[in-house]
Amino acid sequence: MKQTERTVRESQIRITRRGLMLGGIQAAVIGTLAMRMRKMQLEEADNYRMLAEGNSVKIRLIPPARGLIYDRNGVLLAGNEQNYRITITREDTEDLEKVISDLRRLIPMTPAQAEEMLEELRKRPPTVPVTVADRVTWEEFSRVAVNAPALPGVTPEVGLSRIYPRGDDCAHILGYVGPVSDYDLSKIENPDPLLMIPKFQLGKLGVEAKLEDDLRGKAGQRRVEVNSAGREMRELGRREGTPGENVQLTIDYQLQNFCLKRLGDESAAVVVMDVTNGDVLACSSAPSFDANLFVRGISVKDYRELTQDDHRPLADKSVQGLYPPGSTYKMVTALAALEEGLVTPEETIYCRGFSEIAGRRFHCWKRAGHGYLNLSQSLEQSCDCYYYELSQRVGIDKTSAMAQRLGLGIRPDLPMSAVQEGLAPTKDWKRSRYGQEWLIGDTINASIGQGYVLASPMHLAIMTARLASGKALQPNLIRSENGVETPRPEAAPLGVRPENLTYVRRGMNAVVNGRHATAGRSKIAKAEWKMAGKTGTSQVRNITAAERARGVISNSQLPWNRRDHALFVCYAPVDNPKYAVSVVVEHGSGGSTAAAPIGRDVMLFALAGGKPPMDAYPSSQRGRIQTMYEELDLVDPATVQNAGTSRA
Amino acid sequence: MSYLESNLKQVPTGMRKILFINWPLVILLSAVASVGFLMLYSVAGGTLETWSEPQMKRFGVGMAAMFAVAFTPIWFWRNISALVYLVALVLLLAVEFFGAIGMGAQRWLELGPIRVQPSELMKIAIVMLLAAYYDWLDVDKVSRPIWVLLPVVLILVPTFLVLMQPDLGTAVLLVLGGGLVMFAAGVSLWYFGTVIAIVVALVFAVLESRGTDWQLLHDYQYRRIDTFVDPAADPLGAGYNITQAQIALGSGGWNGRGFMQGTQSRLNFLPEKHTDFIFTTLAEEFGFIGASSLLLLYAGILAFCIHAAVTNKDRFSSLLTLGIAGTFFLFFGINMAMVMGLMPVVGVPLPLVSYGGTAMMILLAAFGLVQSAHIHRPR
Repeated sequence: MKQTERTVRESQIRITRRGLMLGGIQAAVIGTLAMRMRKMQLEEADNYRMLAEGNSVKIRLIPPARGLIYDRNGVLLAGNEQNYRITITREDTEDLEKVISDLRRLIPMTPAQAEEMLEELRKRPPTVPVTVADRVTWEEFSRVAVNAPALPGVTPEVGLSRIYPRGDDCAHILGYVGPVSDYDLSKIENPDPLLMIPKFQLGKLGVEAKLEDDLRGKAGQRRVEVNSAGREMRELGRREGTPGENVQLTIDYQLQNFCLKRLGDESAAVVVMDVTNGDVLACSSAPSFDANLFVRGISVKDYRELTQDDHRPLADKSVQGLYPPGSTYKMVTALAALEEGLVTPEETIYCRGFSEIAGRRFHCWKRAGHGYLNLSQSLEQSCDCYYYELSQRVGIDKTSAMAQRLGLGIRPDLPMSAVQEGLAPTKDWKRSRYGQEWLIGDTINASIGQGYVLASPMHLAIMTARLASGKALQPNLIRSENGVETPRPEAAPLGVRPENLTYVRRGMNAVVNGRHATAGRSKIAKAEWKMAGKTGTSQVRNITAAERARGVISNSQLPWNRRDHALFVCYAPVDNPKYAVSVVVEHGSGGSTAAAPIGRDVMLFALAGGKPPMDAYPSSQRGRIQTMYEELDLVDPATVQNAGTSRA
Repeated sequence: MSYLESNLKQVPTGMRKILFINWPLVILLSAVASVGFLMLYSVAGGTLETWSEPQMKRFGVGMAAMFAVAFTPIWFWRNISALVYLVALVLLLAVEFFGAIGMGAQRWLELGPIRVQPSELMKIAIVMLLAAYYDWLDVDKVSRPIWVLLPVVLILVPTFLVLMQPDLGTAVLLVLGGGLVMFAAGVSLWYFGTVIAIVVALVFAVLESRGTDWQLLHDYQYRRIDTFVDPAADPLGAGYNITQAQIALGSGGWNGRGFMQGTQSRLNFLPEKHTDFIFTTLAEEFGFIGASSLLLLYAGILAFCIHAAVTNKDRFSSLLTLGIAGTFFLFFGINMAMVMGLMPVVGVPLPLVSYGGTAMMILLAAFGLVQSAHIHRPR
């Protein structure tokens, strides 16, 4: 394209004209922007500043309702109740001390509490409302509400607080909630903003702690417009939170309550397990405590009482208590020997009251000796020498392998606090733990559940359920969450030859129903509910040779805390097992006298689904049993059901 | 032989070009970018790594690109402008088919490790192409209908593609940017008047059609219009952003609340505070003084460009410089008008200040073109 000087000049003039026009337009727009900026930032600045500072939109969290916890029949175990509280937001007060001294004229408060409150308020960010009085009465609440305009920053609030309507009965399983602490926060990565609300209730122990994430729910939000004094002017929007998930336990509340009542003043634990699927129906530890005390903030005096009690109410003995299982361990030794083919059910072994092994004398509990015994008889009469012999044939490692197969020495997978692993000792274990070689005496002790062997009542219940079912059952505690059934995988077979299990079961049957039965006094008279079991008495002290020479002192002469532990495991009905029960009575002296009767009563209560009919007991015992039930003061099933449904 | 090539005797060559760069312009650009680094540091809560540092690196790369472009003769750029347009068009099509989704719209293209936004490139490409077109076109034919229709089509094709993404902000920028070059080239004012009249009529139609069977826009787009008209009506819904932005801006006052002291940005009231709404943080923290200073810097850049354009005797150079300056003006004008509530919210970043790699680098390269036109101007 040819361009002449003229066209170039013409185009230049035109571009210059248009360019300047563009520049003019742009200058006009920039001027407009500047004017707008001037108007907003200079003329209306105060207005906007107020919007930004005082009259702005604030977001307040709405704490969700914590998920409820029910028993397997819908009885409410953990609920929420409304409570009235007073909060102060530091940001909105001008003179904090004056506000608090004004507040003290309306609600009772000691100078120490007021001081503590001031400190708490100063520690928290100014925007966070701090609860200064919890669980105030309606009168106090309304007194503060009426005077609110004179108390800047003070807000009377209605909130939800955890309550355990069933008091002591499930305290160990449920645990409790408490106000979130700095320590709690330090353990959580990226904590939920809800947890920043002071005194927000967080699960501290038990199911409340283990299922915290499911129970807590999601916070809702309120968008509120507040004035320059921080008082809410209006609610602009609200998004409700999601309440926590409701959890249903496998626990049968009535049975749980019965167990605890039946244990009475003992320091003891009972576990009831459904043999068909592993559901834990009851898991009681006596004595118990009132979890509500912890929610409200336990007093120093109450707390000291709980911690100084030698029956240790705060400990959950059912899963945290570890005991030498004593003779209840004999099934393990027997089964290990049977599986290895080192003994036959018919073979008899001679008991003369003691065995000499490696130059040491190991005594049978019956000093006179049992004479010749086969497997079933050895269990029935709980002969020790028989098991000393078997354990030497099998060796510790194979015995402990069988123990693990039966669930001992493995931590039960339960959403409870401090669930113990127990111990099924091996040679390697002793070497790494103590740096010592395993001795034959250790094997002998382990064969009758003494020495290093340790199990909790939960372990024993699992063992019994596995023996009764022939399946590797796992314990379940959670039945469903928000109505969705918790999947229970089909239990794998135990991997033990069925005939060997039959031999052991036959022996356990004889323990209760045999001619020389150790637990014969605790048999069930009703034919279709017949029970099989095993007693155990485990030493908590060593009997020295000197002591033995003097004559072993009977338990009743010893101080309480040096007496033997009494244990009992059982399942029933014998022909078609439904439930497995384990009982441990700390320092209860004898398995057959202290633990077996409890085991039978619990078993009957489970089988009958309530107070059992008297014809289940041998006729000679009915009078005594009848009196016992009358004294137990059990909960009325009707009130439990009604309370459960009305709360739900 | 064109007029340009015949007057090249005086044009500097080699490293001597560095002396003929429009240095005040470089300084102004750097000053604006520095404001950006400062604000990105502030909105990131006092950390460099989040946004500020990557932005600095991109600015460095962009500056290098600017010098590279500036040292390349302007006629080279004129000759390849049609190619640049075609490449941008192909990339836009590629986005349509392979693009990544960001904020509900398809805008990015993943090319190995780098992520490009072809729509950013198109904003400059359209200006280059139209400048070259009017350089080629006989001055007398500029306002003839057939020669007006052609550039309109060249503008509308990419606009349509961008609208498909959908990215209303860029579409508006393309139409206005292209129209700006046509205006500068001397197309009769009657055309512009007619278009404005049609647009006004269309806006009426859009508003009238609401709620009827032939409704022209999406419901959310109508809500945006509502929000624009009265942001306070729904302070928590669609109007939330703009209400909070205005509160931030207004509460700045004369000299602001102090660096890193803006409650609106600190307390997360502001949306997109590191991209489209960064100006509000500046206005909140540095007040009217800070905000108007930035406006002055922008005005200074425009002034240098317009001066360079009207003094340049080469038609392509003038049109290109005016077009790029105009596009730059549209960027900050629309962004500021948007956050001040003078315009509905469309996604347009604050040029050289908002966080964003492609936009910044392409903009700096475009200023490279301005520099090239300045260096290689006929004397």
